Amino acid sequence: MLQGIVTLLAMIAFLGVCVWAYSRHKKADFEEAARLPFNDEEEDGHEAHRKENRS
Amino acid sequence: MATTIPASPAKYHDKVVRQFTLMTVVWGIVGMTVGVLIAAQLMWPALNFDTPWLTYSRLRPLHTNAVIFAFGGSALIATSYWIVQRTCHTPLFAPKLAAFTFWGWQTVIVAAAITLPLGITQSKEYAELEWPIALLIAVVWVAYAIVFFGTIAIRRVKHIYVANWFYGAFIIAVAMLHIVNNAAIPVSMWKSYSVYPGVVDAMVQWWYGHNAVGFFLTAGFLGMMYYFVPKQAGRPVFSYRLSIVHFWALISIYMWAGPHHLHYTALPDWVQSLGMAFSLILFAPSWGGMINGIMTLSGAWHKLREDPILKFLIVSLSFYGMSTFEGPMMSIKTVNALSHYTDWTIGHVHSGALGWVAMISIGSLYALIPKLWGRSEMYSVPAINLHFWLSTIGVVLYAASMWVAGIMQGLMWRAVEDDGTLTYSFMEALNATYPYYAVRLLGGALFLSGMFIMAWNVWKTIAGQQAAQFTVAEARA
Repeated sequence: MLQGIVTLLAMIAFLGVCVWAYSRHKKADFEEAARLPFNDEEEDGHEAHRKENRS
Repeated sequence: MATTIPASPAKYHDKVVRQFTLMTVVWGIVGMTVGVLIAAQLMWPALNFDTPWLTYSRLRPLHTNAVIFAFGGSALIATSYWIVQRTCHTPLFAPKLAAFTFWGWQTVIVAAAITLPLGITQSKEYAELEWPIALLIAVVWVAYAIVFFGTIAIRRVKHIYVANWFYGAFIIAVAMLHIVNNAAIPVSMWKSYSVYPGVVDAMVQWWYGHNAVGFFLTAGFLGMMYYFVPKQAGRPVFSYRLSIVHFWALISIYMWAGPHHLHYTALPDWVQSLGMAFSLILFAPSWGGMINGIMTLSGAWHKLREDPILKFLIVSLSFYGMSTFEGPMMSIKTVNALSHYTDWTIGHVHSGALGWVAMISIGSLYALIPKLWGRSEMYSVPAINLHFWLSTIGVVLYAASMWVAGIMQGLMWRAVEDDGTLTYSFMEALNATYPYYAVRLLGGALFLSGMFIMAWNVWKTIAGQQAAQFTVAEARA
């Protein structure tokens, strides 16, 4: 009984993470987060790369 | 879309990153040299020169501690300090404490290098260091956690980048594992006994041992991957959303996989099956992460041809994928009945440790070092390419020879005659292994030779003619 409940809770937690990660209203937030490694490269000079990132 | 991220602060704390970076190269060479020596001892036992502190039994823990905690640890701390500042847009929290983590960690390593050859050990694999050193590790690690999470707390951006989540999980989990597994009663300055009895001790040890693999050698280096692969490819990670699912799935499943190290022992059968089931599930998040890293290059595969640093990073992910397929397979009890205690395990560990951990670190350092010292690129790019091929061929020779040796040993050990007697003596299996030991030694030596080329390249990069640029970059950084 307890094992079944724990299994169910773990599954709900996992599905919850998936639903949250792929929810539409988080899309823009995550795209912004994905660009964090590039918002800091004044001295890099990879102009072509930067354009690609911002597209 | 509009970005609200403020400009970078005037100055980051990079001295501690430079220190850890250089020591990564130094400890890599030291640890792998000891590895090559003990590989040679397996072929030629006389190489211990009848000296107690040069025996295989004492040098083997020195090798594992040096490559995992000295080389891997320095690489992780260096890159985490670099990444957390850049992706949080803030200098390190408590820079003096960060300096303490450097000197504290180096002290731990030197203490390990002295005590292990003297035979001072807790006899727990990957947790050999006796209680005074284990205490120092705990203190340094808590300081590291304060610096890292303090930096995240004072970040000037909204998001905590996914690399920092992986580094954060690595730091918290290693603190927990280290403290729980090292609970011991000292009986003298250099001897202590575990507080756990019998099979409980074994289970705690392999809960620690496998999560050292899962959080030290995987989560931490995935943090490295999630920053340096996008950075070097010049494009954001393939799917940020997948990286979130990857993170939560990986850290929740890894914790339960440890019992697969204790198949067919006194550990209760259901615990063994539990460990096997979680190890099998672990395949999914592992490959999710690998695909996420490799697919970051989707649409820009040509960069792989031109950039040897990207080759290091992407090939390391390929080895990660191979090891995380092999691991779950070996955790299946019937497969483990063949593979356990054989050299197959050694092959598996090194395809992970050399192919994944070392190659992602080396690639990241080649990307990092020019920036740390204000250079446009490494002194010699062809030397990076040469290093890449030496490493790749070295790992392949090492892993393939140990796979063949391991399966052969497993089959020879289990072969029985009709009357129930063993077909082969242990010595016959050992004799049959010698040719594979030779190939393994060659593979390890090739990998080590690449590290010497790296050391030369790093030296020339730092000591090069572009010293003026250094001060300019430093002023601007």
